[in-house]
Amino acid sequence: MEHVIAARALMGTSLAFHIVFAALGVGLPLLVVAAEGLWLRTKRRAYYDLARTWAKGMAILFVVGAMSGTILSFELGLLWPTFMRYAGGIIGLPFSLEGFAFFIEAIFIGIYLYGWERLSPVAHWLSGLPIVLSGALSAAFVTTANAWMNMPAGFRIVNGTVVDIDPIAAMLSPPWLVEVLHTTLAAYVVTGFGAAAVCAFALVRRSAEDRREQVQAGLTIAMLVASIAIPLQWIVGDVIARFDADHEPAKFASLEVLFHTRRHAPITIGGIVSGDTVRYGIELPSALSLLVAFDPNAEVKGLDRVAPDDRPPVAAVHYSFDTMVGSASLLLLVAIVWTIVALRKRVPAKSLLIGIAVCGPISVVAMEAGWFVTEFGRQPWIARGLLRTSDAATVAPGVDVQLYGFSIVYVILAATCWWLLRRVGTKDHAA
Amino acid sequence: MTPVLGAALVGLTAVSLYAIFGGADFGGGVWDLFASGPRRQAQRDAISNAIGPVWESNHVWLIFAIVTLFTCFPPVFADIGANLSTPLTLALLGIVLRGAAFVFRNHAADTFATARSWTAVFGASSIIAPFFLGDAAGAIATGRYAWTSPFALSAGVFAVALCAQIAAVFLVRETSHDRALRDDFRRRAVRATVVVWIAGLVPALLAHQAEPGLFAALIGPVARIGIAIAMLLGIVVMLSIANHRDTLARVAVGAEALAVLAGWFGAQAPNLIPNSWTYQTAAASPAMLSAFLVATAIGALFLIPSLALLFFTFKGRGSGSDAALPPMTNP
Repeated sequence: MEHVIAARALMGTSLAFHIVFAALGVGLPLLVVAAEGLWLRTKRRAYYDLARTWAKGMAILFVVGAMSGTILSFELGLLWPTFMRYAGGIIGLPFSLEGFAFFIEAIFIGIYLYGWERLSPVAHWLSGLPIVLSGALSAAFVTTANAWMNMPAGFRIVNGTVVDIDPIAAMLSPPWLVEVLHTTLAAYVVTGFGAAAVCAFALVRRSAEDRREQVQAGLTIAMLVASIAIPLQWIVGDVIARFDADHEPAKFASLEVLFHTRRHAPITIGGIVSGDTVRYGIELPSALSLLVAFDPNAEVKGLDRVAPDDRPPVAAVHYSFDTMVGSASLLLLVAIVWTIVALRKRVPAKSLLIGIAVCGPISVVAMEAGWFVTEFGRQPWIARGLLRTSDAATVAPGVDVQLYGFSIVYVILAATCWWLLRRVGTKDHAA
Repeated sequence: MTPVLGAALVGLTAVSLYAIFGGADFGGGVWDLFASGPRRQAQRDAISNAIGPVWESNHVWLIFAIVTLFTCFPPVFADIGANLSTPLTLALLGIVLRGAAFVFRNHAADTFATARSWTAVFGASSIIAPFFLGDAAGAIATGRYAWTSPFALSAGVFAVALCAQIAAVFLVRETSHDRALRDDFRRRAVRATVVVWIAGLVPALLAHQAEPGLFAALIGPVARIGIAIAMLLGIVVMLSIANHRDTLARVAVGAEALAVLAGWFGAQAPNLIPNSWTYQTAAASPAMLSAFLVATAIGALFLIPSLALLFFTFKGRGSGSDAALPPMTNP
C-alpha cells in the first residue's frame, strides 16, 4: 500500500472511531448531571437510578475515548511528521489548552465516578459540572486546530520560511467559531439521540418494565437535549454553507457538485457523479444562488475556478454532504414530532418510539458524514494552500501493518464496549 | 528565565510526573500479573482500588508531555515520530490496551472468563507499555534512534523494574489497613529495589561497551551526581520500608525516579536529541513559547487545585484504610 494512502486510511479510521466516543464524552456528562440534579430537586428514585446507570456508561465510553484520543496524539507524529514539523509551532497552542481541559475532565471523572459514597450529594453533583464544561472545551480547542487546517492563519511565509507567528491568530482562524459550534452541537445531537434511542428501544421491546419510570425519564431528558441541539445545528450548518461559499470555494463547489461557475446555480441532490458531470440528480433551479446570496441571479463559483490539481474528490464530498443533510432532516423531523407530543403532555406512541430508536444510529451517520465533508473537501491539502497531504505523510515503513493492527484493536474495543454497555442497560442497578 | 528554558522545564515536569505516577499505575499492572499466594485476589483488589480513581488523570501527563513537545519543540516531535515508529506504536498499543482492559475487567467482574481475559491483557500491557517507552528513551539517548540496540532494550527493562518498584512502595501505604497484605507489598518493594539496582547497572555496562559517546556523558559530572543520588535514595527506600516509614519510602522512591531522569536529561543537555537537536535549535518561535507559557500558567491555576482535590479525596490521610471504599465493580 502506498505510504500516504495507508497513513490516510489509518488516521481516518482512528478519527472515525474516536469521534463517536469523543462526542459521547462531551454530551453524556450533561445528561448525567441533569439526571442527578433532578434527583436532588425531586428526590425521585428514578432520577438517581438513571444518573447511576448513565454514569456507568459514561465511565466505559470515556475510557475508550481517552485511549483512542491517545492513539491520535501519537499518530500526529507517527503518520504526519512533516506536517507537525511545520504546523506544531503555529497551531500547538489550542492543543496545549486542550491538554489542560482534558486534564480537568479526567480528574473530575475520577472524582465523580468514585465519589458517590465519599462526597455529599450536592458536592458530588457539583463535581460533575467541570466534566460538562471541560469536555465541551476540549472539543472546542481541538476543533480550532481543524479550522486552521481549513484556513491557515497567524503567520507569514517569506522566502519559504514561516515568520511572524501569532499563536492566537492561528487558533482563531476565520472558521473557528462556526466550526466549534457545529462540532459541539454535533456532540449534543449524537448524545441526545443516542441515549434517547436506547431508552426508546427498551420501551418498545418492553425489556425494562421494572424500571419503566427511569427509562421514561431518560427518554425525556435525552430528547430534550437533542430537540434543542438539532434546530440550532441546522442554523449553524446554514451559516457554514455560506461561509464556505465565500472562503472555501473548492469545498463548497464539490459538496454542491457545481462544476461550472454560473448564475441561477441549482442545488443538486443525489445523482451519479462521473467526470465533471452529474446525472440523474434532482435539481432545484436557482436554489443555490438563493441560498448563497439570497438572489437567484447571483453568481456561484464552480470547480472550474479551482486548478485541476487542487480539486477535492468531488463524488466523496457530495455524497457525504447529501448523507449528512438527509440524516439531519430525519433527526429534525423526529425532534419536532416529539416536541409537539411532549408539549401536549402525551405519551409517545410506539411509532414515534421506533422513530427515535432509529435516530440513534442515524445521528452518528450524520456526524461522520459531516466530518467526511470537511476532510474530503479540504483535499488535496492537509493545511489548505500550505502543505499537501501527500507531502506530509511519513515515509517510515510499516504503516500498513499499523493500519491492520489498530483496526483489530478498534474492533475489539468497540465489541467489548458494546457488550458492556448492554449489560449496564439490562442489569438491575437499584443498589 | 528564557522562554526556551521555561518550556523545557514544563515539558520535563510533565515527563517526570508521568514517570512517577503513570509509572506507578503500570507497576500496579505488573504486580497484578504477578499476584500470587493466599492473598492473590486481595492484592488485585488493592491494586484496582489504588489505581481506579487516579489513573486516568495520571495518564494525561503523557498527553501533556506530547503536546508540549510538538508545540514547543516541533522538529523533535517530528523526528521521534519518523524514526521510532515501531517502539512507539508498540508502547501505544500497551498504553491503550492497559487503560481499556482495566476498566473493562472491572465492569465485567461478575463474568469470570471475560474478566480473566481482560485481567491478563491488563497485566501484559502494563509491562509492554513501559518497556517500549523506556526502549524509545534509550534509543533517543544513543543519538541514532537505535531502538534495537542492547542499550535501548536494557533501558526498557530498567523502566519496567522502576515502575514495579514505585508501585510496590506506593501499595505498601495503600494497604496499611491490612497487615498481611501490606507485608506482601513490603516484600515486593524490597525485591523490586534490588532488581532496579541490577537493571540499572546493565545499561551502564552496555553503554561502556557499545555507546562511547553516551558513556562519556554517563560518567560526566551531572549524570554521576544523578546516579549517585538515585542509588542513595534506593537505600533510603529499603531502610524506610524496613522501618515501617511508609510515607518516607513513598517520597524517596519518587525522588529516586526524578534523580534518574534529571541525571539523564542533565547529562545530555544542552542536547534534547544527541547529535541532532539542542533545546535552542529545536525551539518554536518566541511568540509561540510565550503564548504556551501564559497558557500553562492559566491552566495551572485550574489544574493544581483540581489535582489537590482528587488526591485529597482518594489518597488523603486515612483514605487508604477506608474499609467503606465502594467495591470496584460499582464505580
